[in-house]
Amino acid sequence: MTIDALLFQALNGLASASSLFLIGVGLSIIFGVSRIVNMAHGSLYMLGIYIAYSCATHIGGAFGFWGGIVISTLLVAAIGAMIEIVLLRRIYRAPELFQLLATFAVVLVVSDLTLWIWGNEDLLGPRAPGMTGAVEILGRRMPTYDIFMMFVGPAVLLVLYWLLARTRFGRLIRAATQDREMVGALGVDQARLFTLVFALGAGLAGLGGALQLPREPANLAIDLNLIGDAFVVVVVGGMGSITGAYLAALIIAEIKALCIALGAQTIFGVSFNFSRLTLVAEFLVMAVVLIVRPYGLMGRAQGLIRTLAIPEEPVRAADAMTKGLAGIVLAVLVVMPLASAYWPYATVLGIDMLIAALFATSLHFIKGPGGMHSFGHAAYFGLGAYGAGLAVKAGGLSTMPALLVVAPLAAFAGAALFGWFCVRLSGVYLAMLTLAFGQIVWSIVYQWETFTGGSNGVVGVWPQGLLADRSIYYWLVLALTVSGVMFLRTVIFAPFGLGLRAVRDNPLRAAAIGLDVRRIQWIAFILAGTVCGVAGGLYAFAKGSISPETIHVGRSIDGIVMVLLGGLQTVSGPVIGGPLFTLLQDTLIRQVSYWRAALGIVILIIVLVFPQGVVGSIAHWRQWLAERARRPA
Amino acid sequence: MSTSVLSVDNLNAWYGAAHILFDVSLNIGRGEVVALMGRNGAGKSTTLKAIMGLIERRSGAVTFEGRDISRLDPFRVARLGLGYVPEDRRIFTELTVNENLDVGRQPSRTWSDGNPAPVWTEERLFALFPNLGAMPDRPGGQMSGGEQQMLTVARTLMGNPLLVLLDEPSEGVAPVIVEQMVNTIVALKQEGLSILLSEQNIHFAEAVCDRAYVLEKGHIRWQGEMQALLADTETQRALLTI
Amino acid sequence: MSVLEVAGLAKSFGGVKAVDGVTFNVERGEFLALIGPNGAGKSTCFNMINGQLTPDAGDVRLDGRSIARLSPRQIWSAGVGRTFQIAATFASFTVIENVQMALLSHRGEVYRFVGGVGPRHREEAIALLDRVGMADQSYRSSRELAYGDVKRLELAIALANDPKLLLMDEPTAGMATKERNELIALVKRLVVEHGISVLFTEHSMDVVFTFADRIVVLARGRLIAEGDAASIRANKDVQAVYLGTGKVFERKGAARPSGAQAP
Repeated sequence: MTIDALLFQALNGLASASSLFLIGVGLSIIFGVSRIVNMAHGSLYMLGIYIAYSCATHIGGAFGFWGGIVISTLLVAAIGAMIEIVLLRRIYRAPELFQLLATFAVVLVVSDLTLWIWGNEDLLGPRAPGMTGAVEILGRRMPTYDIFMMFVGPAVLLVLYWLLARTRFGRLIRAATQDREMVGALGVDQARLFTLVFALGAGLAGLGGALQLPREPANLAIDLNLIGDAFVVVVVGGMGSITGAYLAALIIAEIKALCIALGAQTIFGVSFNFSRLTLVAEFLVMAVVLIVRPYGLMGRAQGLIRTLAIPEEPVRAADAMTKGLAGIVLAVLVVMPLASAYWPYATVLGIDMLIAALFATSLHFIKGPGGMHSFGHAAYFGLGAYGAGLAVKAGGLSTMPALLVVAPLAAFAGAALFGWFCVRLSGVYLAMLTLAFGQIVWSIVYQWETFTGGSNGVVGVWPQGLLADRSIYYWLVLALTVSGVMFLRTVIFAPFGLGLRAVRDNPLRAAAIGLDVRRIQWIAFILAGTVCGVAGGLYAFAKGSISPETIHVGRSIDGIVMVLLGGLQTVSGPVIGGPLFTLLQDTLIRQVSYWRAALGIVILIIVLVFPQGVVGSIAHWRQWLAERARRPA
Repeated sequence: MSTSVLSVDNLNAWYGAAHILFDVSLNIGRGEVVALMGRNGAGKSTTLKAIMGLIERRSGAVTFEGRDISRLDPFRVARLGLGYVPEDRRIFTELTVNENLDVGRQPSRTWSDGNPAPVWTEERLFALFPNLGAMPDRPGGQMSGGEQQMLTVARTLMGNPLLVLLDEPSEGVAPVIVEQMVNTIVALKQEGLSILLSEQNIHFAEAVCDRAYVLEKGHIRWQGEMQALLADTETQRALLTI
Repeated sequence: MSVLEVAGLAKSFGGVKAVDGVTFNVERGEFLALIGPNGAGKSTCFNMINGQLTPDAGDVRLDGRSIARLSPRQIWSAGVGRTFQIAATFASFTVIENVQMALLSHRGEVYRFVGGVGPRHREEAIALLDRVGMADQSYRSSRELAYGDVKRLELAIALANDPKLLLMDEPTAGMATKERNELIALVKRLVVEHGISVLFTEHSMDVVFTFADRIVVLARGRLIAEGDAASIRANKDVQAVYLGTGKVFERKGAARPSGAQAP
């Protein structure tokens, strides 16, 4: 490799940095002001590409392409404003994660809307009129459009910097970032300000997407694939910092470029292909940055941010009615396989629902009582699944030891390693780091074909012996799920659980009465991960095969949806939320062709009607009824 | 008493299910400085917030300069010329002094009778608060508590208000700063501004206020001239100090 | 003998000296007030003593043993209790659970994964709550408490490990005069009954001049005066930077606390 090659790749990296910057900066601005983690940011970007494609192909010519970029930007900005007005404005006072759930519903709806309008073929746009050529640099040819892209990022950065630092609009945005209510009390129409900020952030996503048209085809996977990139840029740069976002984009793009430039190298006799690192490079950068600078390169500790959410109720032990109900449900679950004579699918669906209950309960454990918002819980599910599967296929173990020893051990190891880093952060930063670790596990599994089977996964992982009978396997799943749920429940009510909740409620106070905050959180992280590993193991044998989908960020988000569906603030929530989500998803997939949109709409209804989750709302209504009964007529 | 600038009739307010204010009625004339006194939790801050529209659930009539403002959003109330200074200052710490002032900026306005109301500019405010004038580019977060207290008042004045709701300006600041605050309020009164001041410190109220209302558990229990309250040790003991 | 010795403590933030060589002692059973204008370095000083900040220079000794550079958790174990300016309890707990948590930590029983918390140290927790007059509210949700009660609960939590020294950051902030005096009288009683020393910051001069045994005044990061109420009141430097003329806190005609002089 020559210096020229390295320099050339570095220049290439500048163009990629612009793309990455445009992906992240809008998200950063929106988060800065509204404190909403907009999961739909990738969807807005995706719409940008598709709209630009339509303009470029239907209108055609230079106006179709360049005008299309402007049209995409404005149209996506308008869509962003609409999302804010119709949906988000109603839920600013809801808990943080509920807002996240709402934006995830938007992801689902936009995804199917895009499918309906543009179909599921990848659409490759035309090359940029006037920039179809290439320029000779360092003996290599670089597309003119890439050179143009190099300058787009810094130009957008300058405009935004001017907007925020020098205009009244910018000052109001920065003020609202800290205290929106006070801004309103000073005579500023904050509702309009928020709508404008959303439009700005969405417009930047649309612009980023539209500019990407000549470089990659428009496709339906962009929304979720991109959200990881966007989060990394925002978090590495520091939440709300646009300069930080560019710096982050630059560092990540250059490191990726370096990996590509290095290519396959032999170090100490071991051949290693650096270009493979590009998939995980950004997440490694993020992990390193967050550990060294927990608030990102240019970020500041989130001190006095006024939250509007209300604190939680004390956790009370289940009353007789709840216990009785749980007993009845358990009895029904035990006899459920008998129904398979009439409805064979019952056992299959039952297994899925039970596994979901265990998965959701383990996630709820760190999210609810632990207050640690994991976006990468699928990692431990996947480690359990792959651990069990590979123990059988590669290790020659039988079902039970694979399920009861290897699956939890694999997840334990992962949770212990990743958790050690994660508990050093808090809030959104912790959430993003968990996401990063999830993506790292996913990438390793995806790329380590010789061991994990790569994208094909591991096949033929069926339970052996007695367990080959679906009903018996169902009972095993039931037994392990009930044990896992009861175990975590016991811990919540034990001294350790009290300590965990104390740390969540007030870490400073907790430390001031001698609690080791990080150690408690770390142990909780490991407990949850290990139990989740069992769920993963059960899943592997239930499906008979494992694919990298098991670890995909989509599953982590499913988990969050399950927990929120059940209600974050109730101990029994996830036991309902997990199965409910599975049932909903399963039913919709089989009944509705645009099932994602349908699921999204169902979630939106739940968000707007059950702001405390299903179980939380039932508890709330029971309390309300009891109060009404007590009051004299 | 001169013409009424603000009149509140039977104001009730709730936090969630908790009923905090019960039929609070009060009146402020032009150029008057009125104290809203009472113990902690009596409902002083809640009254100011409810007038401003910062409390979601409220009922009753609030009339400001002849207009019903009881159903308006806080920003609309502020745009009519009602200024609000919160008790915990709530300075924008990332913004400089000048930028903080700019956030509060609103057009000049006139009283309902057509006479112009006092107009505030950075220059005038810096004359009133020389400390601020010495540090126009300092971020709010790097100022001392007393300087922040001055800035929060100045920021609200940038909106050229007709009436200022001032929530516990003496709470948590050094006695010397409280003395400066007394001088400031006297200066604002001379400009013709009306001020409704929530306060626990009777010495502070004595130094600046014409009249007082005393709240207890969300009810107005006493009202009258400031001098009368000072003389009425019985009321003071029952509702304020002990 | 001094319970707490603060010697040459210093801390800078970005080149600005927040605390600049501060030295003072807290004697056993003493009620010592730390006062000064906002930004004088009181909080920084406090946070170095409680372990939230690490001093750039100087030492903090508890019963002769250095506790500077220990973590807040270790300082708590060494026998320092603490209350916060904005009263901090565990909002999702019941009142008694708050105290039980502190007792569990004190007994080293946090890492128990089975067995409900309910009965553990219940009597002891109720006894502690009784000492601050909160026993009748044991099973209420702590987020429903009136602010004055939150302060008292916080005091019960701080007492759970039998501290030698109690650090109280503006204990009466946000309280009315009546509650203020009640709370401080309660603290004073505990100090006397249990031989605890208290170091507190305070803005209410009524409280400081009535209750503090001794007063230390900080300004711009330095200690500018130290002494009893009368001498601090009469000190010209303190008047200039902090007290002013006294007209906004003097109680005309009211009985003056012993030792205080008319201005």
